Amino acid sequence: MDVVNQLQRQFIDYSASLHREGFLDDQFTQLQKLQDDNSPDFVVEVASLFFEDCEKLINNMARALEQQQGVDFKQVDASVHQLKGSSSSIGAMRVKDVCIAFRSFCEAQNREGCLRCLQQVTHEYSLLKNKLQTLFRLQQQILAAGGSIPVVE
Amino acid sequence: MRVERVISDENDSFPVGMRVLAVDDDPTCLLLLETLLTKCKYNVTTTSQAITALKMLRENKNKFDLVISDVHMPDMDGFKLLELVGLEMDLPVIMLSANGDTKLVMKGITHGACDYLLKPVRIEELQNIWQHVIRRKKFDRKDRDGSGSQDKPYIDSSEAAGLGNVDQNGKFNKKRKDQNEDEDEERDENGHDNEDLSTQKKPRVVWSVELHRKFVAAVNQLGIEKAVPKKILELMNVENLTRENVASHLQALFLNLTYCVANQQANMAAALGSVDSTHLRMGTMNGLGNFHTLAGSDQIHNAAFRSFQHSGVLRRLNTSAGVGISGLPSSGLVQLSPVQNLGNTRTNQRKLQSFVIPGNHNANILQGMPMSLEFDQLQNNRAASHVGQFPSVDNTTVLPISSISGSLIDAGCSNSPLLGVTSNSLLLEGNSQLPTLHASNLRDSVSGFPNRSTLSDFTSIAPASNQLHGSKADIQDQAFPISCNAGKIISSAPQDWNAPKKDAPYQSNVPSCSINSLRAVNSDMAQLGQCLDQNNPIFNRNVGFDFVDPLSIKCSEGENLAMEPSVIEKEGYLMVQPSRQGIYIPDNEGENFAMEPSVIEKEGYLIVQPRRQGSYIPGNLGSLEDLANAMVKQDHDKGKPTDGDFGYNDYSLRTCI
Repeated sequence: MDVVNQLQRQFIDYSASLHREGFLDDQFTQLQKLQDDNSPDFVVEVASLFFEDCEKLINNMARALEQQQGVDFKQVDASVHQLKGSSSSIGAMRVKDVCIAFRSFCEAQNREGCLRCLQQVTHEYSLLKNKLQTLFRLQQQILAAGGSIPVVE
Repeated sequence: MRVERVISDENDSFPVGMRVLAVDDDPTCLLLLETLLTKCKYNVTTTSQAITALKMLRENKNKFDLVISDVHMPDMDGFKLLELVGLEMDLPVIMLSANGDTKLVMKGITHGACDYLLKPVRIEELQNIWQHVIRRKKFDRKDRDGSGSQDKPYIDSSEAAGLGNVDQNGKFNKKRKDQNEDEDEERDENGHDNEDLSTQKKPRVVWSVELHRKFVAAVNQLGIEKAVPKKILELMNVENLTRENVASHLQALFLNLTYCVANQQANMAAALGSVDSTHLRMGTMNGLGNFHTLAGSDQIHNAAFRSFQHSGVLRRLNTSAGVGISGLPSSGLVQLSPVQNLGNTRTNQRKLQSFVIPGNHNANILQGMPMSLEFDQLQNNRAASHVGQFPSVDNTTVLPISSISGSLIDAGCSNSPLLGVTSNSLLLEGNSQLPTLHASNLRDSVSGFPNRSTLSDFTSIAPASNQLHGSKADIQDQAFPISCNAGKIISSAPQDWNAPKKDAPYQSNVPSCSINSLRAVNSDMAQLGQCLDQNNPIFNRNVGFDFVDPLSIKCSEGENLAMEPSVIEKEGYLMVQPSRQGIYIPDNEGENFAMEPSVIEKEGYLIVQPRRQGSYIPGNLGSLEDLANAMVKQDHDKGKPTDGDFGYNDYSLRTCI
């Protein structure tokens, strides 16, 4: 009870801050709403998938950008595009924003710009991953304590 | 959603359980999509590979109701998948992408997507996708059943209204967006242009009487000169009708017209009066379909006019439908008898006859189309391309020569039905106004013709340059007549037709002038174009016969029409550009219209610009060349102008005609 409330309050605060800081946007909230008894781990599942995908894409981009002979910007762009899609689907706003900038650099075939964006994306992704992991831990704690996950608006 | 409501009332369980196939290579998005769809109570199947999706769909076509697919996928382009699904399974497909670029959305539409959603997808958007399934079912049903049998052209207004976004315009692509926004509530929230039912799978358009009537009405309304496929389509406002449909129809008509004209010069006279819209016969429409054949299918390509390569020149022009119709005088379009296979010119010609040029009196063109019938001769000429029947062009109404030319040109060259038309068209000009084959050129040229008898000469200018070729031989002999005719026509035309000098023999209105001669017409449609060239007063022969559209001219003097290479280009009017020297390049080989760079293609119209004047280069023109040659021969003894220089410089009119 107390513990649960505490945890819940923590959860709410944390969620709010993530939203405030732009790590997450409304889409994430939508995802949380989709979670129900039929799919209790939905959000965690989606987030996990996202992280996996993200890592894969970042690796692809890094590899493509490292090509000394000639960077295949199309490929980089395709990866960025996909990352943009998945990040927007999960509500990873910051990551998505970097992707948008990243795409323009790709179009301009600006390798330096792309590399910079890649760094940024990697950074944002790591940050988000950590934050979400914290959030999910809180969730689990709440559930373990017998409470329910509050819906954050 | 008016109808949707109704529908759902009818079947309460729908859309629950609607079977959706979701395809997305991004696992995050796919999972999200799956969850969302499941929340909407649909029955979801997912796959991350487009190839797998296709396999699943092919295994059992009835396994799914709707497909949602991402645009960017590694194994296959989303648009490709979209097309395939649309073609093979005829299922509604919704595109999904993180990129909402207008171009992409448009691409989706043109490839047949019934909706385009942006990622991240919201559940609200997915909640209403079932409408696409319903709409398609209704639409298809209507379409299939009605295609030819309905009284109304494809639009079932009540249903259409009910269906909301159903695009009532033929131009769904363009208007859909607007309409959708208005009608589609759901869409409004997305702002996407979703409905593209029509594009998903277009059933073969069958030109029912009703539809044809609309077509004719549209053409009449626009006026021959302006009757280009695009506008016709707009005016017709028929659902699920594409510009291409209209264009080919127009072309067919035109060809027929030409054909008829060419053929029947004489008939024309008689027919002139008779053509009336009643002819609209749809039956011929069939022919229209044939037109394609006539024209050699590609010839009739709408936009294909570009290369007038083989006499198709006119064809091309027609394709834009402008051509054919242009010739048609108000009547709306001559019913081009299905000039099917111009090759068979003979037969086609006859068909052309049936080509009724509904419409008006102005229609001159097709009135009486008897012309085309005579095309038999032209037939060989192909060029005669269906001139459609120019109804005894004599009167003037002259076949929209332009149309004729167009048709001639395209007439599938096979029988230059147009040839007949040519003359007619020419005549048309002369007389009334020939709806002129488009291009004002024709008009001018035609107008020159006092009455049409000259036109008849043109008759077929052309269409089938190819055919013309064949006929070349004939044309040679006859070419003159055609040229004469053309010339005649031209000459008749007050305009400068330099009165066919050479025409002397041509004087006969002979549209049917041995269309054979028109053979040369084939490519010559271009020539016709030339003739039509406004610039050159009717067939100033400046161009030599360049324009003589063999097709059209075949019949009578397709040349005339072609004469002026500078066929005016008008939306699709055949502008014949004498390719080589400005002469009507009847090149069957394709050069025809290409001759002179100045061919202006507008909407597929071949504009022939008479380059050199007089040098009516009949390029391959089969018939046109012959024609030209014939013409030339007669006068100048020059032999065939085929090569480029027609040598007719002086022909000025003659050639045109």
